[in-house]
Amino acid sequence: MKKIALQNLPKLFSAISESKALYLPVDTESGAEFRLYREGDTLSEACNTNRSAKDFFFPQVEDMAEFKVEGKKIEVLDIRRESEEFVIFGARACDVKSFEILDSVFLADPVDTYYKNRREHVTVISLACNFPEETCFCSTFGIDAASPAGDVAAWIIDEELYMTALTEKGEAFLSAHAALLSDADESKVDKKKEEIAEICHRLPLQNLPVEHFKAEKLMEHFNDPKWAELSQSCIGCGTCTFVCPTCQCFDIRDFDTGNGIQRYRCWDSCMYSDFTQMAAAQPRLTQLERFRQRFMHKLVYHPANHEGTYGCVGCGRCLAKCPISMNIAKVIKEIGGEK
Amino acid sequence: MQQVIRDKALSLLEAGKVDRVLAWKEGEFFYDQTPHVFKTAEEINRSLVYNGFSAANLSKYLVKETLKDGMIAVFLKPCDTYSFSQLLKEHRIPREKVWAVGIPCDGKLDIDRIRKAGLRGITSIREDGDRLSVSTIYGEKTVAKSDALAERCENCKSRKHIVYDELIGSEGEALDSGRFDAVEALEKMSPEERFAFWQKELSRCIRCNACRNACPACTCEKCVFDNPASGIESKAPASSFEEQNFHIIRAFHVVGRCTDCGECSRVCPQSIPLHLINRKFIKDINEFYGTYQAGENPDERAPLTNFDKDDMEPADAFRKGE
Repeated sequence: MKKIALQNLPKLFSAISESKALYLPVDTESGAEFRLYREGDTLSEACNTNRSAKDFFFPQVEDMAEFKVEGKKIEVLDIRRESEEFVIFGARACDVKSFEILDSVFLADPVDTYYKNRREHVTVISLACNFPEETCFCSTFGIDAASPAGDVAAWIIDEELYMTALTEKGEAFLSAHAALLSDADESKVDKKKEEIAEICHRLPLQNLPVEHFKAEKLMEHFNDPKWAELSQSCIGCGTCTFVCPTCQCFDIRDFDTGNGIQRYRCWDSCMYSDFTQMAAAQPRLTQLERFRQRFMHKLVYHPANHEGTYGCVGCGRCLAKCPISMNIAKVIKEIGGEK
Repeated sequence: MQQVIRDKALSLLEAGKVDRVLAWKEGEFFYDQTPHVFKTAEEINRSLVYNGFSAANLSKYLVKETLKDGMIAVFLKPCDTYSFSQLLKEHRIPREKVWAVGIPCDGKLDIDRIRKAGLRGITSIREDGDRLSVSTIYGEKTVAKSDALAERCENCKSRKHIVYDELIGSEGEALDSGRFDAVEALEKMSPEERFAFWQKELSRCIRCNACRNACPACTCEKCVFDNPASGIESKAPASSFEEQNFHIIRAFHVVGRCTDCGECSRVCPQSIPLHLINRKFIKDINEFYGTYQAGENPDERAPLTNFDKDDMEPADAFRKGE
């Protein structure tokens, strides 16, 4: 266990950014956002950034390849570049867990090389949540806000930041910056963990009845008449999917540059009417079906295909951002229900 | 007021005047209400709410709801009646299928402003006159209601109900609001400053389409931006140009029809002040063609669909922008 005084964090941030790109959550007028560190930036205390940390590995828009067309000749240009080494400092337990969920999709065969490229070059410094919000329900999915995963886990206690390495990359990170860090014992961190656990215990959504969702009850859940009522006010925007750290659907598009094609991919949303245009059309004709798909995917299909891991980490962004305040917590209560 | 509205909903249902009621349904935390179609007395008694967070404008839901059989009752705040009236004018809602109940509003609250004041873990809020008592996981707090008002309510344009079948409470007046002050401030900027302002704001856009989908003026069956056959379908802001393109095209499309209800800014997950684009157009219309408030007068011709010999020449508008 290592520690550094909070007042010395700017020194640590400068030191990190000398060799790697450093991203950290900073407060802006419109809420906290991950941003490339600039001198003077301070670490936000917000629990959640507006946008999730998935952007680091799976950006909203990404060029994949270019095609140069000259007459009847088409040349394919590989525009992939090796990702730079970077550090995410201050990711919360929920967001760090989301990386694991994204990995299970993007790193499964066939491996998504665009994702893998970025994923391999990151060092994640996670930060325990001192002040969980009412919208937080990570514990529903077995995530501990007091003990986040990552390469290094960190805690802010009084005027100090405590850090412990969880991986080899984490060890390397701490030893690279050893000059700025001093040794610390675990007792304060243990006490902090207890404090956070006590707060989490008081969170209103800390223990949603998610265990009622079972793959063997798939058709029962699918045909639940409550979907109609839950989805009736959904305005079909993509807010929940775009702020979600685990939503990973994308579309691949070609942009005609006039003398070739720029092939890019961009986030897509199952809430959209033009999502997944199959040979015929979008197979989910109404908002009820689109709405149901999103929650069935997170609560039933994903765990069925990934050894019981749900496709939600309980970060609560969708609760805070949905224009009509319809969200996964309400869905879990209604569909999973205390039946 | 909530009980009065519940009683009204119950009596309309019981008398068979309507078979459904469009109102706000309570959520987990007082502030997270969902627009909802109530069909039973039991449901109304259990979960119909009306308070400072009943902010969503329900009028657009009537487009979809009136495609169904039967009569629907709807509760409309003053500003919501402008949207309803405008939708009636555009023939998007058959008037005879709606029983509109005008309800009073003394300004809606913005949970993000309360959070911004440093309150975390908000589990419930009680309105005590001009104070809000906020219960949080970290203790009890109070906030002045005026510090928690939504921007559109701070600059409320009217407490008058434009169209309704019956009214709860007394009728209000159109107000002299300061809603164009922020537009004036933008107009005073140099083009470079203004460009930088919008670049900064719009660069946060994640193209979730919440603004468009919540907007009562955006009721196209198929938006060009969702239509693969349109040639300009776009799912993501691939460049800063595209971000601006989407919002500017949208603003142009609703110009003269936007009532300034403020739903676009309310729903934006990135807190982009989208209402300012629309207000700029409203202000321009006022200056070019005389004061006009969309939704206010069902019989009036809209300035952009009307021709008058005194109309401003396009060249004059262009010069004004220089």
